[in-house]
Amino acid sequence: MTSIKIPTPLRAYTGGEATVAVTGATVGEALNDLAARYPEIKAHIFNGDSLRTFVNVFVGDEDVRFLDGLATAIEDGDSLRIIPSIAGGA
Amino acid sequence: MVTTVHTELTNEEIRRYSRHIIMPEVGMEGQRKLKAASVLLIGTGGLGSPTALYLAAAGIGRMGLVDYDIVDESNLHRQIIHGESTVGLSKLDSAEKRIKDLNPFIQIDKYNVPLTSDNALELLAPYDIIIDGTDNFPTRYLVNDASVKLGKLNVYGSIFRFEGQATVFGHAEGPCYRCMFPEPPPPGLVPSCAEGGVLGILPGTIGTLQATEAIKLILGIGDPLVGRMLLYDALDMTFTTIKVRKNPACPVCGVPREQIELIDYEQFCGMPAHDRSLYQTEEAQLDFDMRSINVQELAERLTAGEHPLILDVRDPHEWEIVALDGTLRIPKGDILAAKNALVAQRKLREETVLAQIPQDQEIIVHCRSGKRSADVIAYLREVGYDTARLFNLEGGILAWANEIDTRLPTY
Repeated sequence: MTSIKIPTPLRAYTGGEATVAVTGATVGEALNDLAARYPEIKAHIFNGDSLRTFVNVFVGDEDVRFLDGLATAIEDGDSLRIIPSIAGGA
Repeated sequence: MVTTVHTELTNEEIRRYSRHIIMPEVGMEGQRKLKAASVLLIGTGGLGSPTALYLAAAGIGRMGLVDYDIVDESNLHRQIIHGESTVGLSKLDSAEKRIKDLNPFIQIDKYNVPLTSDNALELLAPYDIIIDGTDNFPTRYLVNDASVKLGKLNVYGSIFRFEGQATVFGHAEGPCYRCMFPEPPPPGLVPSCAEGGVLGILPGTIGTLQATEAIKLILGIGDPLVGRMLLYDALDMTFTTIKVRKNPACPVCGVPREQIELIDYEQFCGMPAHDRSLYQTEEAQLDFDMRSINVQELAERLTAGEHPLILDVRDPHEWEIVALDGTLRIPKGDILAAKNALVAQRKLREETVLAQIPQDQEIIVHCRSGKRSADVIAYLREVGYDTARLFNLEGGILAWANEIDTRLPTY
């Protein structure tokens, strides 16, 4: 199992869950498993089969864009994290 | 980072900053660097409040503040530089008052304007470090691109509900905002603080981290958050650091500085960046049939005993010259500001003048001659009013004075 940390703006689509346990051998499989569990989140992460450009996915402290993208292999116990683009400041 | 200037400290300043000066990492030299440094704060709101206070207290010699807003009661649960006594004042005057009380030895430069592509380079150029404490995507991309073009460090902080992010962009060795977030999310996807709420103390933590980074960069000590982003979750009470890499193909920091062009960031993000913006969403630009009514028709309806709601969108000094009786009076500029705040989700409808304009009834909108009222109808349409119920009074109050009640003055 892999855990995915869900950022606040997307928790509306995971029933408020901050961390979701998923399965998959790659980042893509893990995110698809997340989307299978919470279908509403899919459109906020994927644009067709690829990640939406404003969605940043990290494995540990590494951005998957600088690894193998959705094909990045993950192991049991890895933690995934979706980093949202947020702009609040006032 | 900052060239050493042989700024001297007075005995008074040495006493004031003694807890700094006795640390070898700061010392007299470090405190002189702080005094010689200049920092520009974009926004004196949630993030800007603690940042400005701590930087002022630390003895930053010159601080520029950019903000065009006025202090509102709903700011005070987090914007701690302002207070009950400054509600209704400009945020700049309010912040200056508090800063001067905290530290009279520093210089404050006030810029009472929204940051735009037209003024950004000129505003940022005279400062060593830029601190991004804005509240919207268009301005964040603008601050980034202008900082990179000018070769300035951009100390970034951003907040949402219980979560915050902080990092340093624009370092020669590090990434920029666009490396991390090449494109903004579609408008409406990420709620703003006005819509989503924010824990009042959250900007206190993130703004204080921004100020800490600025001070370290000026002193040239420690490891700044270059190439790393600090993520803070107040509920879990966790701080996590992730790597942010420079994108060699970045359209901004990946090209020579002189080739960087500031673009239309409102267009790029699909939302207005500030209350005075004339930006319209693509949908709002679509033509529509604006309904209108002429002064004879209005006079007949009034004579017949009808009481339609009439909205006068001229400025207050014009109401003094001449006005129809019993009208709802809200200046066009206030309606524009409310519309922009709503479109960019900076405010809720109830917090704006739109709360006074009912959505479920017919409204006749008028100004002096009919132009501003037509603009207002377009604004109202943009925030969901049914245009079938909105009527522009043709020729405005001038037509009324010329054709219906000739005793009235014209201007």
